Amino acid sequence: MANIQFQRVGRVFRQGGTEVVALEDIDLEVQDREFVAIVGPSGCGKTTCLRMAAGLDHATSGSVRVGGVEVKSPGPDRAVVFQQFALFPWKTVWDNIEFGLVSLGVDVAERRRRIEHYIALMGLAGYERAFPHQLSGGMQQRVAIARAYVLDPKVLLMDEPFGALDAQTRVVMQEELVRLARRHPRTVLFITHAVEEAVYLADRIAVMTRRPGRIREVIDVKSVRESERWDALERIEDVMDQPSFVHLRTHIWKLLREQQGEQAH
Amino acid sequence: MIGPPLAQRELLRLTGAGTFAFLALWSAAALSGITSQQFLPAPWEVLARFARLLTEPFAGYTLLVHLSSSLQRFAMGFALAVAAGLPLGLLMAHFRWIDRLVAPLFEAVRFVAPIAWVPFAALWFGTGIGGPVLIIFMGAFPPVLINTYRGAKFVEAKYLEAARMLGAGPWRTMTEVLLPAAVPSIVAGLRISAGLGWQSLVGAELIVASSGVGYMMVKGQAAVSTATVMSGMIAIGLVGLLIDVVLRRLHRHIEQRRGL
Repeated sequence: MANIQFQRVGRVFRQGGTEVVALEDIDLEVQDREFVAIVGPSGCGKTTCLRMAAGLDHATSGSVRVGGVEVKSPGPDRAVVFQQFALFPWKTVWDNIEFGLVSLGVDVAERRRRIEHYIALMGLAGYERAFPHQLSGGMQQRVAIARAYVLDPKVLLMDEPFGALDAQTRVVMQEELVRLARRHPRTVLFITHAVEEAVYLADRIAVMTRRPGRIREVIDVKSVRESERWDALERIEDVMDQPSFVHLRTHIWKLLREQQGEQAH
Repeated sequence: MIGPPLAQRELLRLTGAGTFAFLALWSAAALSGITSQQFLPAPWEVLARFARLLTEPFAGYTLLVHLSSSLQRFAMGFALAVAAGLPLGLLMAHFRWIDRLVAPLFEAVRFVAPIAWVPFAALWFGTGIGGPVLIIFMGAFPPVLINTYRGAKFVEAKYLEAARMLGAGPWRTMTEVLLPAAVPSIVAGLRISAGLGWQSLVGAELIVASSGVGYMMVKGQAAVSTATVMSGMIAIGLVGLLIDVVLRRLHRHIEQRRGL
């Protein structure tokens, strides 16, 4: 595992001669084995932050480091779970999960062992030979999560992974991710616009402002979760009923609403 | 015109009516005596000639032997076109510098009709197998290249990003991402390519061959046997249709597998 550091990161896009500042002065560290969610209004640049850590986009100022090394290009040490799954439709579930392991040069027996482990863990047993289009959205995203976890990456980057799922499926996936994350803590950067999802999943939450995207506030959820013993509750709705949960959620809502107000003026 | 879809039986009836009308007009023209029987043989005379060509050698061989030698040349030219067009299309889609290197030349050359290569085919290969193969290649190569290139170039960005994130190098990106992503476009290209290749073949055999359906037709013309020429046309049409049906089946099979 490793940490992710954003140091005074800025991103300027050029649009037909004019410069648009998408991100400004982003300072954020996701510590080793910490789960950090970034929430913010759409267009605030939160996905750009994740893409920079993945090496799919680059900062125009400042630096993005993973495990102390400046990110230059994408690689299997920084596994991404995309909102649109991005599974290869011409490959089976098994082959999709195996793809990155081949790049890493993992030998056949070890590949088999690891794939079987995550197939069982993600409830994909029996679907090894299925093609993505034969699966529901929720099942497809399980494959995408398995494809990322199986690489045993330094960090996991999740870009609104449940955004394309229906409400019921999303809840199930959130509960499963919590189980996975608490049992095997990993360094996770999680992008979402769903406030409750962020409070439920994350150790800390960075709330971003509208363009130019800046970090408005970083909120510690983990200490609240531990002192209020949320993890003793099995169901997401029970956690969401906790006064401490409601308090955090409302606080973040207000931060986001503030910006909408600002925009209206 | 937009109306309710026609039933299968209705469609068959229309096809039948069209074919019948064509044959009736042809028969009437042949019988009317506008031209001599030698210039326009009646359908049944062509049919009889076709049947005789199957058993009786003409221009050295029976019709089936001519056909098989044409098909061999076609298969070679087509295979070469695929063997060259597929990898080059993938390379051009993946590496911008190869695209820049090849595209301008290719764009100009592809407008030269395959048959325009006949002089070179004759000079370089005489009546050997190389001449027709070269001409078929010139007809079949551009659609393979263009469709592979387009199919691979317009692969959705998310697949390329996933491949990069998963550590795929150029080889795996081309063979495991670009190629399968381009398959529907490639198969569509193969259909066009096979059609153009098969057409060019007959043109080639008219000039640079000593066997094949095209060669048989030239000999038929020399012998003023228009029924032989028409038999050749029918054989070409039927085989062309067969090739297209096979590739169309392949196309549909692949789309079904992908769940399209």
